[in-house]
Amino acid sequence: TYMPRPGDGAPRPVTLIPGDGIGPLVTNAVEQVMEAMHAPLYFERYEIHGDMKRVPEEVLESIRKNKVCLKGGLKTPVGGGVNSLNVQLRKELDLYASLVNCFNLPGLPTRHENVDIVVIRENTEGEYSGLEHEVVPGVVESLKVITKFCSERIAKYAFEYAYLNNRKKVTAVHKANIMKLADGLFLESCREVATKYPSIKYNEIIVDNCCMQLVSKPEQFDVMVTPNLYGNLVANTAAGIAGGTGVMPGGNVGADHAVFEQGASAGNVGNEKLMEQKKANPVALLLSSAMMLRHLQFPSFADRLETAVKRVILEGKYRTKDLGGTSSTQEVTDAVIANLD
Amino acid sequence: ARAFSSTATDPIRATLFPGDGIGPEIAESVKQVFREAEVPIEWEEHYVGDQIDPRTQSFLTWESLESVRQNKVGLKGPMATPIGKGHRSLNLTLRKELNLYANVRPCYSLPGYKTRYDDVNLITIRENTEGEYSGLEHQVVRGVVESLKIITRQASLRVAEYAFHYAKAHGRERVSVIHKANIMQKTDGLFLKCCREVAEKYPEIKYEEAVIDNCCMMLVKNPALFDVLVMPNLYGDIISDLCAGLIGGLGLTPSLNIGEGGIALAEAVHGSAPDIAGKDLTSKLTPVVLETLAREWDRTLTVMGAGLVFLLTRPMENLANPTALLLSSVSMLRHLELHDKAEQIQNAILNTIAEGKYRTADLGGKSSTTDFTKAICDHL
Ligand SMILES: Nc1ncnc2c1ncn2[C@@H]1O[C@H](COP(=O)(O)OP(=O)(O)OP(=O)(O)O)[C@@H](O)[C@H]1O
Ligand SMILES: Nc1ncnc2c1ncn2[C@@H]1O[C@H](COP(=O)(O)OP(=O)(O)OP(=O)(O)O)[C@@H](O)[C@H]1O
Ligand SMILES: [Mg+2]
Ligand SMILES: [Mg+2]
Repeated sequence: TYMPRPGDGAPRPVTLIPGDGIGPLVTNAVEQVMEAMHAPLYFERYEIHGDMKRVPEEVLESIRKNKVCLKGGLKTPVGGGVNSLNVQLRKELDLYASLVNCFNLPGLPTRHENVDIVVIRENTEGEYSGLEHEVVPGVVESLKVITKFCSERIAKYAFEYAYLNNRKKVTAVHKANIMKLADGLFLESCREVATKYPSIKYNEIIVDNCCMQLVSKPEQFDVMVTPNLYGNLVANTAAGIAGGTGVMPGGNVGADHAVFEQGASAGNVGNEKLMEQKKANPVALLLSSAMMLRHLQFPSFADRLETAVKRVILEGKYRTKDLGGTSSTQEVTDAVIANLD
Repeated sequence: ARAFSSTATDPIRATLFPGDGIGPEIAESVKQVFREAEVPIEWEEHYVGDQIDPRTQSFLTWESLESVRQNKVGLKGPMATPIGKGHRSLNLTLRKELNLYANVRPCYSLPGYKTRYDDVNLITIRENTEGEYSGLEHQVVRGVVESLKIITRQASLRVAEYAFHYAKAHGRERVSVIHKANIMQKTDGLFLKCCREVAEKYPEIKYEEAVIDNCCMMLVKNPALFDVLVMPNLYGDIISDLCAGLIGGLGLTPSLNIGEGGIALAEAVHGSAPDIAGKDLTSKLTPVVLETLAREWDRTLTVMGAGLVFLLTRPMENLANPTALLLSSVSMLRHLELHDKAEQIQNAILNTIAEGKYRTADLGGKSSTTDFTKAICDHL
């Protein structure tokens, strides 16, 4: 039994960013389910879109105040002058850890079994530094920045996560044979932190070998800690083998704030057809919301939501196209609501 | 490709780097199969030194590089690179010094060897000279390091050109560019732009673009979505290994490096696999054992007799799968337009694996490198 402090039942404000593409569709599914559960939270909604120059100050203010945010994807124009708002948000709020949980859902057949991987990715530097310039015409440079400070804090977060969640092993992913200094510094930091957690096994793997192992023996991985770009790739690969980005939950967390979104491919807002037919898969964001409920210390609401989603998947009657079904977002949402205890 | 002529008296000279780790074991396997198949190739063997050659700033000597430049064709085993410190990567030295700008890595399901993915038939083409592998890194202040990724128009155009040329020459339908231009707008943006320019010259080939994270996801969900993939250096490294995983691991995937002036250097995608590489048995003996052996040498000899002598002179661990290097040598033969020999050897390899009687441990079999090689020779 969870013994709350007096006043813990007071409704909590949560910033809501429906976002672009399928974002409004799947965030709406979460709103419906929260309402059906009478979850003790209410949303402060902000319409922002990927083609904006930057995240409006009032949105940042709202998240700073509420500390928790739920968001759909924000579309990033490819190669076109605008910086990714998804990245901006992470940097502004110093959400330095991205977490994606990739696991097999009972009843959902995939090519692999026993996948249960948590990818913890550094979220603020590395290849995403945004420092790029043209040296001379036809020659461009991009800076990958790795700092001891950021490497250490992500390593600490990964080990702490493993420790608090009874995970047994942390694997650091790198390419230090080529980027000897940059990834070398990342590794060095992980090794140092590892010595403080003797009960957790630590190992290292080169990113290319890692992707190969992921598609052949994913069950060997537990918690993975990575610099920015590798984490993006590892998380998407792991998501793919466990059923696709449409079902994997996750979010971004810093010392003070947390933003919950679809775990992998958070910036993927789906295609036109998916939007028109209203057939985006709401499962990933619903499971992310369960993580959010836990983060807000409403563990039993989290359990109820998660149980209902898992029942719907297990039953297999209502599934969207990415899971081999034909259901619409609304049909899956209704099924989840009907399965709530 | 250029024309190579060969007669019985005039074999083609090709450079061979056996390399490190499992390299010598699998290179031996190639030599044996070539001998058995009577391939008209004369190997010029070069070994990695144990001292830095100042002319190359690497353990590879200038003479080794010259050998490839002259022969224009070669086969290399894996060369190990220490992690996080030490000398310049040997692979990098080769790629840079010989300007091996495109790395072609075919990846297809092997008939008869079942994995979770069937019908994989992909070609990854990787830019090989720049990008994240520029080797330009420095410490800005303590605890802050920078690593430069360089993308140039020249290198991007030539790899794109090669990819489309390859697609056309091999009857492929689609070329997909893999990038991360939503984040690295200028560098990957330039790469994309170059690919688009080249694509316009090949209207008969379908052109697509995919963001690398989404590409990873789609590859593991349905590899049949792709055909030929072209990408910057690091992505190529990662994606090609991932693809290798789809079909059964690194023991199987070959590659061919294409360089300026018609140079072709074939190599396996995998590394030196130190975990399974054979060691001279003496290096496994602890000082205590050695001391005991020395002290009681007479008795030891009589007790263990010939058995020990046999063990001490047997240097191979014999676990490695030589298929990747063998298939690489097949690409090399194709490049030399020795199509009959290429076909003969490739069939022997595929048939041996399909038959399933002789397979190495990575494919779930029990055969040693030598037994597997012998089986291939029998299938020629
Ligand atoms: N909830 C979701 N969130 C983000 N992306 C999703 C979600 N559901 C599906 N997707 C992705 O969106 C993309 C489009 O999905 P879908 O499979 O419906 O389209 P498609 O493959 O283009 O369809 P078709 O084969 O009919 O043309 C895919 O990459 C899919 O994985
Ligand atoms: N030819 C092969 N046969 C069997 N297993 C192999 C072969 N090549 C690679 N492997 C396995 O694949 C994994 C990764 O190998 P790889 O050679 O890339 O290792 P590595 O540690 O990256 O080496 P390097 O430092 O030379 O890059 C290892 O477990 C290795 O045993
Ligand atoms: Mg590699
Ligand atoms: Mg390697």
